[in-house]
Amino acid sequence: MKNRQTDKQLIKNIAITIIIFIIVESLLYGGLLSRQFRSLLIPVCINVILAVSLNLTTGFLGELTLGHAGFMSVGAYTGALVTLNMNLPMAIEFPVALFAGGIAAAIFGVIIGVPVLRLRGDYLAIVTLAFGEIIKSIINSMKITNGAMGLSGIELHANYKHFAYVFALTVITIFAIKNMVHSRQGRAVCAIRDNYIAAEAVGISVSRFKVMAFVVAAFFAGIAGVIYSHNVGTLKPTTFDYNKSIEILVIVVLGGMGSIRGSVIAAIILTVLPELLRSADEFRMLLYAIVLIVMMIFNSSQIKQRILSSEILSRLRRVKKEA
Amino acid sequence: MGILQNILEQVINGLRSGSIYALIALGYTMVYGIAKMINFAHGDIIMVGAYALYVGLAIFHLPAVGAVLLSIAICTILGVGIERIAYKPLRSAQPLAVLITAIGVSFLLQSLSLLIFGATPIPQASIVGFDGIKIGGISISGITIVTLIVTTICMASLTWFINKTKLGSAMRAVSEDKGAAELMGIDVNKTISLTFAIGSALAAIAGILYVCQYQSLKPTLGAMPGIKAFVAAVLGGIGSVPGAMLGGIILGLIESLSKAYISTELSDAIVFGILVLVLLIKPSGLLGKIRKEKV
Amino acid sequence: MALLEVKNLGISFGGLRAVDDFNISIEKGCLYGLIGPNGAGKTTVFNMLTGVYLPTDGSIILDGNNVVGKNPAQICQSGIARTFQNIRLFGKMSVLDNVKVALHNEYSYSLGSGILHLNKYKKTETAMNERALEILKVFDMNEQAHILSSNLPYGKQRKLEIARALATNPKLLLLDEPAAGMNPNETAELMDTISLIRDKFDITILLIEHDMKLVSGICEQLTVLNFGMVLTTGTPEAVLNDPEVVTAYLGE
Repeated sequence: MKNRQTDKQLIKNIAITIIIFIIVESLLYGGLLSRQFRSLLIPVCINVILAVSLNLTTGFLGELTLGHAGFMSVGAYTGALVTLNMNLPMAIEFPVALFAGGIAAAIFGVIIGVPVLRLRGDYLAIVTLAFGEIIKSIINSMKITNGAMGLSGIELHANYKHFAYVFALTVITIFAIKNMVHSRQGRAVCAIRDNYIAAEAVGISVSRFKVMAFVVAAFFAGIAGVIYSHNVGTLKPTTFDYNKSIEILVIVVLGGMGSIRGSVIAAIILTVLPELLRSADEFRMLLYAIVLIVMMIFNSSQIKQRILSSEILSRLRRVKKEA
Repeated sequence: MGILQNILEQVINGLRSGSIYALIALGYTMVYGIAKMINFAHGDIIMVGAYALYVGLAIFHLPAVGAVLLSIAICTILGVGIERIAYKPLRSAQPLAVLITAIGVSFLLQSLSLLIFGATPIPQASIVGFDGIKIGGISISGITIVTLIVTTICMASLTWFINKTKLGSAMRAVSEDKGAAELMGIDVNKTISLTFAIGSALAAIAGILYVCQYQSLKPTLGAMPGIKAFVAAVLGGIGSVPGAMLGGIILGLIESLSKAYISTELSDAIVFGILVLVLLIKPSGLLGKIRKEKV
Repeated sequence: MALLEVKNLGISFGGLRAVDDFNISIEKGCLYGLIGPNGAGKTTVFNMLTGVYLPTDGSIILDGNNVVGKNPAQICQSGIARTFQNIRLFGKMSVLDNVKVALHNEYSYSLGSGILHLNKYKKTETAMNERALEILKVFDMNEQAHILSSNLPYGKQRKLEIARALATNPKLLLLDEPAAGMNPNETAELMDTISLIRDKFDITILLIEHDMKLVSGICEQLTVLNFGMVLTTGTPEAVLNDPEVVTAYLGE
């Protein structure tokens, strides 16, 4: 019975995905999208990938990581350097760039994941922040990345004309993370979040799955970075600072930690909304700040508890009826 | 100028920025000791302190002393207010929620100052009037001397306060065991407020000294000294007051010497590298205690 | 040879000798009780047996292998499972998933087949679900499989912890005050369940309690711990009538 249910769910998800794709593509080709919206298509996808992957460490593993932009920058620079030096047709060089960027970021995931194994909570958060800043200042002082000047003239393999590829990559990311969360590996990750002492006691190697979560999240952040560099065409180390990491965190918090669908919806809202507000940059930070504080206080207040328990009750009733 | 003199000058620079880090680190460490949270917004209190000085001087035309007092008062009220409004409802919540809220408060302060004062840096002349001295070929600026004197006084009086007064021992009791302290008749809420008040007042002083050195105001000015002071607090052992002072001084020296002799661009990476190393090798820091979860 | 052979086990925290010269020998299939007043060091013994604490000295031989120095996950894999005095469930996961986490090592597939939903994934997950429900049924909890574990009533939470420990397929099950906080009826029922699972799952059980009467009913052997040292070992009747034990519990 359960399998049939998941199959239904899968079909529903695929249907939604295809419908969204058809709508966006027809709007795009019918010339119905304003330039402003057209330019937002790829950033929305990038933020979805970033948020969904950050949710793996922050929502499912339960460890706040403040260096997600660092992983993104490793991917962005690696991918950009690949296409800048390859000069092959897009069909060859862009996949290579994506792969290289993802792997490079994943390697950094290991480099950061292994040392922070001993840490939890506040300390782990701060160390990831520190690593993010270290990555930034190393990129800033390296020759190959052109230091503070950054890279430019990166071919635009990921502008709105290539929306189909980017959309596909986004969907793949969402499904990969979602399936991982529902696998035995994902359960181990969630168990560590809920109670790491009990997880160890039932035979889960905490370090192994902590690193696994870090590496997978870093890989996809790297992919998002490659897309970013081929969307904008220029790179500067300062783009990937602490504020960028927080921006992704805000998306995850608004969407709900541990909710992939929430991350997707929040990524769309928080990418489009500041743009609609026009005087975006001044109010963007204020908006982020309010989202963070209000969501956290709301989450731990009685109101949320009540809503949640009533929701669980109604779901229980539904399950009983079906059975 | 000889190499020795050069090194000595860098050491004095390091002591100056180090003692400012120490003042800020005290706020982190005291709040961590008592509320068991990292007050991410602490760095931005420094920024508020600096802007408050500017408002007092340039808008209200107060004398320097008046502007300093105004700045301290604003930060103290702000610190206590933040705790009451944003952190208090989360006292029994998960650490993750508290940390995220603190990041939110930090963003809030920065964005408000961006909306009020704009992104363009505002020049703010130093309020220290005298030019400094020269000893044996080493010149020490006036702000350096004032910084060293002010921070020494602050640290000495804080140490006295914590160890010798009734309120100070209440603070120590709450940081040791909140429940037991409450049973002994200590008002935990008041003690937590007091901690935030002292920490924020020190941050205001640090902000004033910082802006007198760099003479420019921008909304993000508190972020870097804030995070470096946090590194200092961890280095000294978070929760330990003497540790924060020691950590601040050491960090200032390392930063100044690595800027001068290794690389300006990499000096931040070196500072953060130290944080990573300390946490990996000795997470309790130089003078801190280890806390372990009971099974 | 005994299933568990502990010799001269001891641990110091700083200057404090929490457990000293602890010896115990548990035969396969035995239901063994570890009792003693509060603060006697019972949970510390459990923490050493499960690798949470590294003993200062002594050896822990399970089925012929020394497990001292292994980490908790490795010790669990070599066959010791436990419950906790203060319940430690995976609160944001369903009852079923709590048990499935514990099946992690027995039912395996790669991350790749999990992400791609390959056949191996589907087959293994179905088998895991069946096994988990089977274990839950022993505790009469299969109906609640899809509830969030933190929404279970207290008594059921304790049972779920035992079910989860059993799911790791242990040779030896350590229960840390399983009846704590339960009323007499619930306690009696739990004790029946414990004897039942010993027979059904064919395992050995070591159980901590500080209520002596409770354990004397079901345990075949008792060891009494006091101030970190073994006071006496023997059958429940012998132990209960030992004047030293009576003194330890009631004072002079």
